[in-house]
Amino acid sequence: MINSVLEVKNISKSFKDYSSESKRILSWFGLPFKPSVSHDILKNINFSIIAGEAIGIVGQNGAGKSTLLKIITGTLYPSTGSVKVQGKIAAILELGMGFHPDLTGRQNAYHSSGLMGYTNEEIDAIIGEIESFAEVGEYFDQPVRTYSSGMQMRVAFATVTAYRPEILIIDEALSVGDAYFQHKSFERIRQFQKEGTTLLLVSHDRGAIQAICDRALLLEKGQVIRDGNPEEVMDFYNALIADRENNKVEQVKLESGKVQTVSGTGEAKVQDVALYNAKGEKVEYIGVGDSVELRVKVKVYEDISSLVLGYMIKDRLGQPVYGTNTHHLDKIIHNAKADDSIVFSFIFDANLGVGSFSITVALHAHETHIGGNYEWKDQSLVFNVANISKNTFTGLSWMEPKLGIDYVK
Amino acid sequence: MIQNSNYKKQNALSALWSYRFFILSSIKTEYRTRFARSKLGFLWMVIQPLAMVLVYSLILSKIMTAKLPGVETQYAYPIYILSGVIAWTLFSEVLNRCLNIFIENANLLKKLSFPRLTLPIIVIGSAIVNFILMIVVTYIVLGALGHFPYHALHWLPLLVFLTLALAIGIGMFFGILNVFMRDIGQFMAVALQFWFWLTPIVYMLSIVPEKFHGLFFLNPMTGIVIGYQNVILYEKAPEFSLLVYPAIFAFVALMLTVVIYKRAVEEMTDVL
Repeated sequence: MINSVLEVKNISKSFKDYSSESKRILSWFGLPFKPSVSHDILKNINFSIIAGEAIGIVGQNGAGKSTLLKIITGTLYPSTGSVKVQGKIAAILELGMGFHPDLTGRQNAYHSSGLMGYTNEEIDAIIGEIESFAEVGEYFDQPVRTYSSGMQMRVAFATVTAYRPEILIIDEALSVGDAYFQHKSFERIRQFQKEGTTLLLVSHDRGAIQAICDRALLLEKGQVIRDGNPEEVMDFYNALIADRENNKVEQVKLESGKVQTVSGTGEAKVQDVALYNAKGEKVEYIGVGDSVELRVKVKVYEDISSLVLGYMIKDRLGQPVYGTNTHHLDKIIHNAKADDSIVFSFIFDANLGVGSFSITVALHAHETHIGGNYEWKDQSLVFNVANISKNTFTGLSWMEPKLGIDYVK
Repeated sequence: MIQNSNYKKQNALSALWSYRFFILSSIKTEYRTRFARSKLGFLWMVIQPLAMVLVYSLILSKIMTAKLPGVETQYAYPIYILSGVIAWTLFSEVLNRCLNIFIENANLLKKLSFPRLTLPIIVIGSAIVNFILMIVVTYIVLGALGHFPYHALHWLPLLVFLTLALAIGIGMFFGILNVFMRDIGQFMAVALQFWFWLTPIVYMLSIVPEKFHGLFFLNPMTGIVIGYQNVILYEKAPEFSLLVYPAIFAFVALMLTVVIYKRAVEEMTDVL
């Protein structure tokens, strides 16, 4: 347990309903009234976070993410268990909390900072910085009711993050605002992280979780069902949201050390996935820009009315690079029969950067795997891209420019 | 049980101290937002009590010319009413706001962690500002009419303190219950109407038959209001024997509030 900044121990939370509220009040004074219904929102949550760690919390709506954050922030009390925190918490549960529409941005910045426990002098010292970070120009001294929601968010974010907290909690708040400011706020969050801030991020955005977090927790029905590497956890979560009857989710550790998630109801299964070069040879190493063919062999086990195959190429961090499916390519297979064997072939130029990539394949009934997931297989294939014949470049994709240079008088 | 929030490691008072800027800023914000977009702005803070004082002192003094025993001014009755109304306004303002204090701030309480004791302090702060304005306006108007009852003014802070303690004690007690049973807020609004007329503010206790006096003194506001009337109208110290009961009442109400708050706090944000 090296300097853990946040320790959550045996947290459970249940909301109690009484048949009448007077019974609730009498029960505080030891009268034997029991709640008529007790909703268990969180059950026995345990985890601890060390300084500088970034944790993503994922889960479906109603899984208890927000309740957990509120307990950590201190606005809700746990029914059992305890939370230990070292240092100051800043929580962005909702941007613009406590903003008054008739006050100016500056006045609101002062007021909200006061709400976080800062003194006038402390705010004086950083108000200029808040103003310049928010970049709302003259509007900073206009009433907030004249703001667009994006501007309000800018001022709110600049205010909440004006001082670096030991723990920063963010609840989906970053999905709003324009792209420019999103980048800017992510930059600030990364900077905090470097300086030792622990991050707790709730998001449905797989990209954000995998880009920022070094660990992820998956909450399901009030329990932590996965705690580990973000890519693994997100793969598992992805499989879980297709949750239907007979849907099985399995995670297998591959020889490479990566964890493969396989899920689905099993009406159709992927039997083989392989990559071939232009000469028709099976390959694991390809060169930048090579023409390759992805062949996926599928076996159908039960009659199904529609079958879509999709694939997704991901980089080594699990970020999607390119994905498509036979629905988007307008080649849906209708009325597949049991025992059919189908081979799909995708031919494309691997305009990828240097590095290791994985391919996820999925068989489903419709455009996405959410409604009818036959099989979803992460890490079905791993291949490497080397730069053999092109000019040196960096990045995930190869898009060589035609260069022109002119001297202008 | 939970040791996470930034302020909970400190005791309640030092937590309040570190939130002093928030308290001041909230009081300012209340006035700023109330008068935002109005031309006269803060002048309205003076105009409202001024109108009330003028109505009582100019109009009532013409209609109700009866002199009160022991006071040598035609404004005796208006001053009598004013001193009671000033006390009652302070009391009912604080009590009413305490009743809804948690409900109105539900969003803040659910999403931010800050010392909750700041909320009643903000209520007290802005009520005191209103009270001071009211007193200043009253004395200016009375002074202009040739009557300036300042001899016992130094007793006022004690009465204000008692009024606030009573209002906070009763208001917060029902304010906590109101979170769970919203009828309590409605009921108290009705009850306050009756309470006003059961307190000798508009009439004098002497017109009430002697045998009911005991009942009237069960009302903790009776002693306090008589105190204000002593100070402002008769320019003498309040009768301390009449203040003992309200003081005990306020103390018990405050203690009950603390007890019930400790039990309720864990479930309060759950139901807000």
